[in-house]
Amino acid sequence: MNHIPVLIPMVLLLGSMFAVFGRRSQENYLPFLIALGAMGLSAVFSIIGMVYSVTEGPIHYHLGGWQPPMGIELILDPLAAFFCLMITLVATVVLLHGEERVRIEVGDRIPAYYSSALMLVGGLTGIVLTGDLFNLYVFLEISSLASYALLATGRKPAAVSAFRYLILGTIGASLYLLGIGFLFMEVGSLNMSELAVMIPEVPVTAGLSAAAVLIVIGIGLKMALFPLHGWLPDAYTFASSPATTLVAPIGTKVAAYVLIRVFLFLFALDFMKEGIHLTTIVGWMGAAGVIWGSVMAITQRDMKRMLAYSSVAQVGYIALGIGLANPLGLIGAVLHAFAHCFMKACLFMVQTNFLHRLGHYDISRLDHRTRVAMPWTCAALVVASLSMIGLPPTIGFFSKWYLVLGCVEEGAWIFLAVLLLSTLLNAVYFFRVLEKVYLRSDGKAYDEGDIEADQATPSCEVGARMLYPTLVLAGSLLVLGFANAWIVAHFLQPMFPVW
Amino acid sequence: MPEWLEYVHDRYAYWAIVFLMIIGLYGMLFKNNLHKKVVGMIIFQNSMILLFVTAAFKWDATVPVRDAEIDVNVVGNYLNPLPHTLMLTAIVVGVAIVGVAFALLIKIYDNYGTIEEDELLEKLQSPAPEDDDSEDSFPSKGGSV
Repeated sequence: MNHIPVLIPMVLLLGSMFAVFGRRSQENYLPFLIALGAMGLSAVFSIIGMVYSVTEGPIHYHLGGWQPPMGIELILDPLAAFFCLMITLVATVVLLHGEERVRIEVGDRIPAYYSSALMLVGGLTGIVLTGDLFNLYVFLEISSLASYALLATGRKPAAVSAFRYLILGTIGASLYLLGIGFLFMEVGSLNMSELAVMIPEVPVTAGLSAAAVLIVIGIGLKMALFPLHGWLPDAYTFASSPATTLVAPIGTKVAAYVLIRVFLFLFALDFMKEGIHLTTIVGWMGAAGVIWGSVMAITQRDMKRMLAYSSVAQVGYIALGIGLANPLGLIGAVLHAFAHCFMKACLFMVQTNFLHRLGHYDISRLDHRTRVAMPWTCAALVVASLSMIGLPPTIGFFSKWYLVLGCVEEGAWIFLAVLLLSTLLNAVYFFRVLEKVYLRSDGKAYDEGDIEADQATPSCEVGARMLYPTLVLAGSLLVLGFANAWIVAHFLQPMFPVW
Repeated sequence: MPEWLEYVHDRYAYWAIVFLMIIGLYGMLFKNNLHKKVVGMIIFQNSMILLFVTAAFKWDATVPVRDAEIDVNVVGNYLNPLPHTLMLTAIVVGVAIVGVAFALLIKIYDNYGTIEEDELLEKLQSPAPEDDDSEDSFPSKGGSV
């Protein structure tokens, strides 16, 4: 039982080593099965760890038996377990959904694709679990390396956009490394729980402030916080659809989770808030990102690019919640990271389904025949869109609700206005798609002729292996929405012992 | 020696590192050739490694291997081995990233026949006729990862 924390990332990384071997062929199913098995196993371990950490308390695992200040510590607390479960579950569902598309878009490089996918997920669970800043850097780079490789699959320009992401991502990681270098010089430790005790006791120097700023900029680049988001839209648009579906929901969210941990546990929140005003700056960057991302999303005619810009906006919500720096705002930020993970995965799946059956994902070319041809995919699109806009009873409503409550408590009326305005903008760009799919293009009412035409349209819904994962995620948005109070009470509130 | 010169002199290693960092950042952000960007990236990463190693340095200290004649309890007697071991890992990470960067460069050159950024942008903005179809049909034959 005590080995659970190390098993979660280790199963995935080992799977990544084995999946890379094998024939380069489109008919090679072994890497897919290895990937699926490893992710499933890791999800099972996450569930066991979650149950154990809720009932018995957090598990502290010392790698190699070395005690914390010297050795590396992995910490499995309820929140980390919950995040691990979210990452592995969403990744498993995405993997199942993408299997057919991978064979079409990635071709005979299937072993390398699944190996990178496992490395990505293994790195991300490692980031969530680790209690050591330098270990976090290593896991961050493992997951980034895998996502550079994954996002380079697909269309021709993908290599260029992935290269740009690599350059910016490396700057981010190096700045993070520089930040922990300063922190190590000022405080003399890299263990997070030890640092949390020691930082309030050392005098506030320029070195300490520089460390905080550098870490925030470094992580900000990785999580595509406005205005450091330049790499994201191109990288997500040009990559192959299954790769985007895998990287987009979980990649930036885990970086956001790191930022929350840095603000909450590492540096005293008062120091970040009143000492160097970093929370305020991050909040404003988030607010600007929300508006910018939403406006850019409205102007896109390519659905994938629209979703990519919407990702910039959604990361902005999380940053805005961090910027509020009060319990409700932070709960909203973490809950929004969960919510967005499921919503964005579902939306990218819908986009992949369109591509698979219609051969395009151009919003202007969708029409009401799409709904007749692919009824279930369009139903999933509706649920996910409503959740993105923030209508009850979906999870998207509740995460925004906590953010709004946080704004009211803090008296941050401008942030509140940003939230409301962005909800309207979200409604504009999602209803634009829904209108195409569900209404007649000339705005007239449905008549007999349309119904006959609909009946004549052949159904071309995607196969069960692509359809069920999409529907499962769409359903989970509703289930999570109903379960939000339980999630907040059991997993998020224990994370804030200060209040 | 004037005070400012002393300030520079005492920290000359750090000044050199800052200089390297700026060269690296300049190369990564402003160079037109993608290969030179990678060179800038290597310089930038190595300046971080030098920073850690420099910060761990102590005058009159010995290697971190226990010697019966040198008192272990005096901090100044031994170098701190931790930054060096951390940097070993960081070097490995850096090499892996450079490897992926070169792999991407090869793929870019295969696709576009150039690694100059301005020429690439030109080709990206006005895709050749056969690229128009690639919007819908993805290249499924090899060379994708």
